[in-house]
Amino acid sequence: MTAADVTSVSEIDELRSQKTFIEKSADMFRKQPLGAVGFFVVLAMIIMAIFANYLAPYDPTLNDFAAMLIAPGADYWLGTDQFGRDIMSRLIYGARTALFVGFAASFVGATCGLVLGVMSAYFGGTFDLIFQRIMDVFMSFPLIIMALAIVSIFGPSTQNVIIAITIPFIPRCARVVRSNALAIREIPYVDAARALGFGHARIILRHMAPNVMAPFLIMLTSFVGQAILTEASLSYLGLGVQEPTPAWGLMLQGGAEEYIESEPWIAIFPGVAISLAVFGFNLFGDSVRDVLDPRLRTQ
Amino acid sequence: MKPSIKLAIAMGAGAAFTLGAVATASAAPKRGGMLNIVVGSKIPSYDGHRETTFGMIHPIRPFYSLLIRVNPDNPQSTSDFVCDICSNFTKSSDGKTYVFKIRENVKFHDGTPLTSQDVKATWHKLIFPPKGIASSRKAFYGMVESVEATGKYEVTFKLKYATGGFIPALATPFNFIYSKKDLDTHGYKWHMKNINGTGAFTFVQHQPGAFVEGKRYANYHLKGEDGKNKPYLDGYKAISAPKMAIRLQAIRGDRAQIEFRAFPPKARDDLKKALGDKITVQESDWNCVMGFSSNQKLKKFQDVRTRQALTLGLDRWGGSKYLSKIAIVKTVGGTVFPNHSLAAKKEELLKLKGYNPDMAANQAEAKKLLAAAGMAGASVELLNRAVDQPYKVVGTWMLGQWKKLGLKTTQIVLPTGPWYAKFRKKKDQETMIDFNCQGVVNPLIDASKWLSNDIASNNYANYQDRQLDKWYDQMNRTGDEAEAYSIMRKYEKRIVDEKAHYAVSFWWYKINPYRSYVKGWNIAPSHYLNQSLDQVWLDK
Amino acid sequence: MFKYTIKRVLLMVPTLFGAACLVFFLLRMIPGDVCELRMAGEGGYVDEDAIKTCQHDLGMDRPKFVQFVDFITGFAVFDLGESMWTGKAITHELGLRFQLSLQIAIMATLVAVIIAIPLGTISAIRQDTWLDYAVRTFSIAGIAIPSFWLGIMIILGLLISTQAWFGEPWMPPIEYVSPLEDPISNMVQLIWPAVATGYRYSAVATRMTRSALLEVLREDYVRTARAKGLLERIIINRHALKNSMLPVITVIGIEFAFLMGGLVVTEQVFNLNGVGKLFVESVQNHDYTMTQALVMLVATVFVITNFVVDLFYAWLDPRIRYS
Repeated sequence: MTAADVTSVSEIDELRSQKTFIEKSADMFRKQPLGAVGFFVVLAMIIMAIFANYLAPYDPTLNDFAAMLIAPGADYWLGTDQFGRDIMSRLIYGARTALFVGFAASFVGATCGLVLGVMSAYFGGTFDLIFQRIMDVFMSFPLIIMALAIVSIFGPSTQNVIIAITIPFIPRCARVVRSNALAIREIPYVDAARALGFGHARIILRHMAPNVMAPFLIMLTSFVGQAILTEASLSYLGLGVQEPTPAWGLMLQGGAEEYIESEPWIAIFPGVAISLAVFGFNLFGDSVRDVLDPRLRTQ
Repeated sequence: MKPSIKLAIAMGAGAAFTLGAVATASAAPKRGGMLNIVVGSKIPSYDGHRETTFGMIHPIRPFYSLLIRVNPDNPQSTSDFVCDICSNFTKSSDGKTYVFKIRENVKFHDGTPLTSQDVKATWHKLIFPPKGIASSRKAFYGMVESVEATGKYEVTFKLKYATGGFIPALATPFNFIYSKKDLDTHGYKWHMKNINGTGAFTFVQHQPGAFVEGKRYANYHLKGEDGKNKPYLDGYKAISAPKMAIRLQAIRGDRAQIEFRAFPPKARDDLKKALGDKITVQESDWNCVMGFSSNQKLKKFQDVRTRQALTLGLDRWGGSKYLSKIAIVKTVGGTVFPNHSLAAKKEELLKLKGYNPDMAANQAEAKKLLAAAGMAGASVELLNRAVDQPYKVVGTWMLGQWKKLGLKTTQIVLPTGPWYAKFRKKKDQETMIDFNCQGVVNPLIDASKWLSNDIASNNYANYQDRQLDKWYDQMNRTGDEAEAYSIMRKYEKRIVDEKAHYAVSFWWYKINPYRSYVKGWNIAPSHYLNQSLDQVWLDK
Repeated sequence: MFKYTIKRVLLMVPTLFGAACLVFFLLRMIPGDVCELRMAGEGGYVDEDAIKTCQHDLGMDRPKFVQFVDFITGFAVFDLGESMWTGKAITHELGLRFQLSLQIAIMATLVAVIIAIPLGTISAIRQDTWLDYAVRTFSIAGIAIPSFWLGIMIILGLLISTQAWFGEPWMPPIEYVSPLEDPISNMVQLIWPAVATGYRYSAVATRMTRSALLEVLREDYVRTARAKGLLERIIINRHALKNSMLPVITVIGIEFAFLMGGLVVTEQVFNLNGVGKLFVESVQNHDYTMTQALVMLVATVFVITNFVVDLFYAWLDPRIRYS
């Protein structure tokens, strides 16, 4: 590194954001009891997903017709479904699917949005103009068509469902990031970095991106819940994760319609799992928003 | 053949209850009232000759008449056909000439009287369509040489050869009688968007995506039990409701009285439990066969032992017991509709591979075959349709069965369009849920699915088997039922056992719970049949 | 201002063109076609001739480029053509469905506003009290419950409770009646989906009202008003609320645009014959012309709403530069 002073600028920058982040996390639990509740729901889910092999009492995909439609009881705590599969085991493994879909979609979506949004703000001019139109196209495009197209073209694997959910996230994040990055662009140190001959990529990633972390994190946390919910909706339309993979949306789709009355446990538990997870992520996300940026206007 | 309507069905807890006899002959039909039907599919065009979906039949069929139809009082019979716009018909002794006398009191809704010219024009459009005009079932009539108007009220069909397949094919519910005048003046595509029939109801309106409404046609040609013209209803509304839950709830909340396709067993039990006597249930075997085929384009499935092992792995008898509680499938059968005279008897069925109730023996044999074919522990992929009933339920069951043979199984589930594209265009599926759903029970024609793939375009196992083609032809060209029966046995054994081209798992099972005050409708073995609604009345 | 307006209008064109390209090519990448579905979709006998004839009739055998030009020129002169599935004019198919979706969108927005503004206000005034937490919990619960699950529960709940109380199960009508024809029946049908949807969408608006109001309450003029000794209620109603409405209106406007084309799941659950249901059906049917028309309709509503919101914003807040 030759330009020692600029490196230090970014170092200070990093230090500052790290420090405030820790501080803010601590603040959060003190000031945000709702956020704490959300955090623990999320934590419980993560533990369930990681240790599913140890926690689940049965094989979640094993059909056992001798044990079909059994009500919750000693053998099956949450009952069994129409194929005799243990609902609790499927719920526990389903947490894995839900988190995988939720985290993958929101992380990829928000990160792409971050990079594109900052780029758009940084380069400005024609690039920005064209880029904004492309984002508009995707924003105005109905999710269902996109999802159906992707799932139909590439097949309904979990990974393609994630792609389908991710795409609409990108422009939404990019928009918010861009408007924040526009302000940062005016700050002298970006000009200073450019004057020192740093490449565009370096300036975008090392200098600008860290400064729009607040909106990025807010978008990220709010996307997780939405992704889980979108997966459930896609399942309802027959486009989600497919049998026999244990997934909450899928459990609800088959179960909710046919068994809600006579075997309500089939429909109620996955519904509760989805609601609770989305609820947890939203509470947590809301608090992150409150702490990081109470003035942030965009959703 | 005895009607197969099951008058008693088992309910969740095992308690049995009896349903009222189906043909409510005791009470005299009452007149008046609107019938609301819920329909789970969409109307493409109104042209029956062109379309293939029940989504068109249920709302549109009541506007039209057929030449002959399945007897609406006895639709469970696979051999009882009655005249609709004809008054009677005769068959020549060599079985090659059929003469139909046409009723003289039939009028189109626009007032034009119907003559033999209309019948002739309709059937010419169906059997010998001009280029550029789609007729989706013209291949059913390969035996027909000519259709002529031999009098003002007489039509003669001449056949190339005598066959038992002709009369059932003639009763196909899509063969609406059109007026020659409309065909001449408006062209052959006019009926896609316009309706002018001789059916029991006249067209009132079609609110796109919502409903089709029809009202009573006062000049309908058939008389009711009270001696006056049918139909009994003032009108009907066929309401579109793609989600099963809504259709079920609509009947429960009395927003609609009936749905003519079918409900899953649980839905029937829930309705019955909530409403008791106010709900009547009719059930029937369904002319739709459910099974799987292995794609013989792939090397993996060219070895007959692999295909036999897969069919041996299915516990048909055990599966029927469980699946009939959660899916619209039930009866174990061969390639012929179980209640037809050409169907295998149970003792014949039990001799076929995979129909032995001793599953341990079947599984042992299957594992041996797999090992011999070098497929022990191999992976098998099942292509399925993203529709719950009965596809996904049966598919999930099937995967569980194959897992017991030590196979690694995966399922690819696609929405209907891409599903079809995969096995019809790309043809790269491994195994698939394969089915054959027909209208009028007519095994001689329905069995064409298993002909070589250069003849049957719905052969999705992609094989060529000239022996089957030869037998199919022989079966169709013999007027002798006993001979047809014995050829059918060879045909069936070759398909499901010796060559294991196709594995039948179950026949579908049609369950229709509806409001008890709907009378006069009798369940048929197909959701396409007996939908003219002229018989239906409301006991209110 | 005038120049800004013109520029914004012109900028709609590339967005719409982009949406048109995207939908056109995306649809054609989905395997399967409308004729195959019609002629072979029920698993019976398949007539290859009939499929070919149908494809020819619909012009699907023409080069893709010709079809594309056809679509774009048609859209440019507002000629949407005919649905490939029913063969009827798309405008005819759309009419009533659009009316229904519009009505639901309006009703749901009203419900959302009625819930969101008082709750958001309470939540802001009583920030970080149990009241605030309760309001936020209530509004987040609205987004967390899967809408199709809620819908099925609502209808089943109605059926079961009416049967328990009145002996006969009752559910809302399943066919749409125009409000001009029969306002009561119309309301009875639409109130349920409107409340379910409005509750969901109120979550975002509640949150926005809360944070906007919190921000305004910290402004100098509110402090001045307090110093003058004005009643808190008057401060909130006269000064703070009015000035914090801007972002709330933005959010509501954008949500409204989404509602027009985005009620896919809710319409399925309540069997509403609206744009969302048509969307699902026409994609499933591979009805290219209909899907294209719908995407363009939704995209147009979206860009126009955005434009109106921006104009409104600019008009209300003179600080915004028209750059």
